[in-house]
Amino acid sequence: MKARRVLLRALLALLAVFVLLAVAVVALNLRGEDPVSDARAEDFVASPGQVERGRYLALAGNCAGCHTARGGPAYAGGRGIETPFGTLYTSNLTPEPLTGIGLWNADHFWRAMHNGRSRDGRLLYPAFPYTSFTQMTREDSDAIYAWLRTLPPAAQANRAHTLAFPYDTQAALAVWRAIFFTPGRFEPQAQRSAEWNRGAYLVGGLGHCIACHGTRNSLGATDTARGLVGGMLPGENWYAPALDAASEAGVAGWDTNEAVTLLKTGRTAHASVLGPMAEVVYRSTQYLSDADLRAMAVYLQALPQAPAAPPAPAGRRNEAVLQRGEKIYAQQCAWCHGERGEGVAGTFPPLAGNRAVNMRNASNLVQVVRRGGFLPATEGNPQPYGMPPFGHLLDDADIAAVLSYVRASWGNTGSEVTQREVMQR
Amino acid sequence: MTMTFFARCPAACRALLAPMALAACAALAHLAACAAPPEDMARRMAACITCHGRDGQATNSGYFPRLAGKPAGYLYEQLRSFRDGRRQQADMSHLLTNLSDAYLRDMAEYFASLDFPYPPPAASDLPAATLARGRELVFGGDAARALPACVRCHGEALTGVQPGIPSLLGLPRLYIASQLGAWVTGDRRAPAPDCMADVGRKLNNQDITAIAGWLAAQPVPAGAKPATALPGGLPVACSAMEAHR
Repeated sequence: MKARRVLLRALLALLAVFVLLAVAVVALNLRGEDPVSDARAEDFVASPGQVERGRYLALAGNCAGCHTARGGPAYAGGRGIETPFGTLYTSNLTPEPLTGIGLWNADHFWRAMHNGRSRDGRLLYPAFPYTSFTQMTREDSDAIYAWLRTLPPAAQANRAHTLAFPYDTQAALAVWRAIFFTPGRFEPQAQRSAEWNRGAYLVGGLGHCIACHGTRNSLGATDTARGLVGGMLPGENWYAPALDAASEAGVAGWDTNEAVTLLKTGRTAHASVLGPMAEVVYRSTQYLSDADLRAMAVYLQALPQAPAAPPAPAGRRNEAVLQRGEKIYAQQCAWCHGERGEGVAGTFPPLAGNRAVNMRNASNLVQVVRRGGFLPATEGNPQPYGMPPFGHLLDDADIAAVLSYVRASWGNTGSEVTQREVMQR
Repeated sequence: MTMTFFARCPAACRALLAPMALAACAALAHLAACAAPPEDMARRMAACITCHGRDGQATNSGYFPRLAGKPAGYLYEQLRSFRDGRRQQADMSHLLTNLSDAYLRDMAEYFASLDFPYPPPAASDLPAATLARGRELVFGGDAARALPACVRCHGEALTGVQPGIPSLLGLPRLYIASQLGAWVTGDRRAPAPDCMADVGRKLNNQDITAIAGWLAAQPVPAGAKPATALPGGLPVACSAMEAHR
C-alpha cells in the first residue's frame, strides 16, 4: 500500500515537472512577441521610397538566394537546404494568397522575421536565419514586406520538408528554440562610430554572415558568443573561413577599400571569392552601396582577433605522395598557376603564399580542384576567370597528392591533405 | 603540354576576329564585357578545357561535345539552360551558377567564332544494318510515327543552322545518345516551344543507337559551317530560333 503511494507520488511529481517544463517551453517560445493585428494585407499602403528600400534590403539579406529554386520564379521558394537533420525547402515569398504570403499582413511578416513564427502560428526552422534577422528593425522588416508585396504572384506550392524524427515535430523545434533562441534587438554601441554600428547591424542582422562563418553545435545552433570564427557549411563540404583571423579570411590588416572591393566585385589584386561566397557576392553584396560595404568592412576589421594559431607540428613528409603530387601539378596545374606557384598577376591566382592554400581546413581546396569554379560575374569584373573541374581526371588519391604537394612547396606551410579528407563529398 | 595550351590563334585569324569583336561590341554596347580581345577570352575560358579541350575542340572519341564553331545562339541557350536547370550536368551547373547572361553570351560568341578543322571520326563497330537504319532516320524520319528527319531542322548537311540549331556532326556517339535519351526522359529541356522534346519523346532505344551511331561515324566536310538559313523554313515552332533574339 505504502509502496503504491510512493510510486503514485513519484509519478505525479514527474508529471508536474513535465508540465512545468512544457509550460516553460511554451512561454519561452512566446517571448518578445508583439500582438498581431487583423489588418488585411491588401490594405497595406507602402510609404514613398519604402518599396525601393525593401528591394535593397532584400538584396542585402540575399532573401532570393535561398527563396528561389534554380531556374524557378524569383522568391517563389522551393530550393532545398541540406542539413544534418534532413532537407528543408524554402517557402514561397511572393504575394500569392494560397501558396505564397499574399494573406500575410506586416505584423505577420515582422513576427516571422523577429520571432521565427509563421502566419498560422507554426514555429519556423532556423535554417531561415531569424536567429540573426531578429536584430533587424521593424522599419526594415516593413520595407522588405512592402517590396515582396510588389512581386508578381507565383502559384507554387511549398514543398514539405523531409526531416528525420524527432526534428520534424513542432515540439522538438519548440524545445530547440527555448534553449537556443532569444528574440533580440540591435543595440548600437555608443562608444563606436556610426559606421561601425551600421556594419555590425548589417553583418550580424540582415547579412546573417554567422550562418556560414560561425560554428554550429550538434543541434545546429550557431554560437553567437564565439562569433565569426569560421565553420563548415551545414550539409555541404565547404568551409567558411574565420573572419577574425589573419591566417584565414580576416581583413583586419587590409586596406578598407580592398575589403569593399572584394565584396563589390568578387576580386581584388590579392584575393578572390569562390564557391558559396561567390554566390553571396553575385546575388547580394555586389548590389550594396559603397557606404554599406564600407561599414561592413570597418566592422569586420575591428573584430577582436583570434590569437594566432600555434604553428602546426611539422608532419611527416610522405615523399611518395609529394612526388606523385609534383608530377600531377606539372601536368595539370603549372600551365595557369606557374611552375613555382607564382600565378599570373590579375589572371590566375598565385598558390605560393596564398592563405587559402595554407588554411588548416583543406575542404575548399578539394572542392575547387574537383569541381572548378568561376569567380562571380559582377559589374566590376564582368568576365571573370575560372578554374576547370578536375573530378573526372583526378581520383581522390591524385587530388590529395597534388594538394599536399602545393601545400608543401614554395614556402607554403599547409599540412598534408589526406585521401580521407578528399573522400568527403 | 606546352604554351600552346591557350589559343594561339594564327595571325590571319586574329586579324579577322578583332574587327568582328569590335563590331559585336558596338552592337551589344556592354563595353566593359568587350574589353577582352579573343586571345584573352581564351584564357578566361580555361575552365572549359579539361572537358571540352583546348579552344573547345573536343574530339568525337570521348563524351564531351566540341564547342568550336557551333552557332552562338545555340551555345548561349545551352549555357543558360545549364545555369537555370533545364539541362542537367553537375559540373556545368556549378561552373555557371554565378555568371550573368551578358558573360554567357560573350562565351557563346567566342566559341562560335572559333574555326578549326575536325579530326576524322573513329570507325564504328556497329552492324551495317544499324548504321543503315540510322541513316534512314536521319534523312527520312519515320512517317508512320510522325518522326521528322533530322535534316528537316539541322540542315541538309547536318551542320546546323544559324543562329540556334546545332550541327549534329563531329560529336561523340556517347554524347549524342545521352542527349537523345535526355530528351526522352525530360532531363533535357528548352524554353517553350520545346520542339526537340516533342521529337525526342517519340524515340526508342533502337532509334537512338542507330542515329547516334551513324552520326558519330560521319566525317565533317572541310570548311563545314552552320547554314545561314533553312531553305524550307522550320516545320514546327521552336524556341531554338526565337528565344535568344
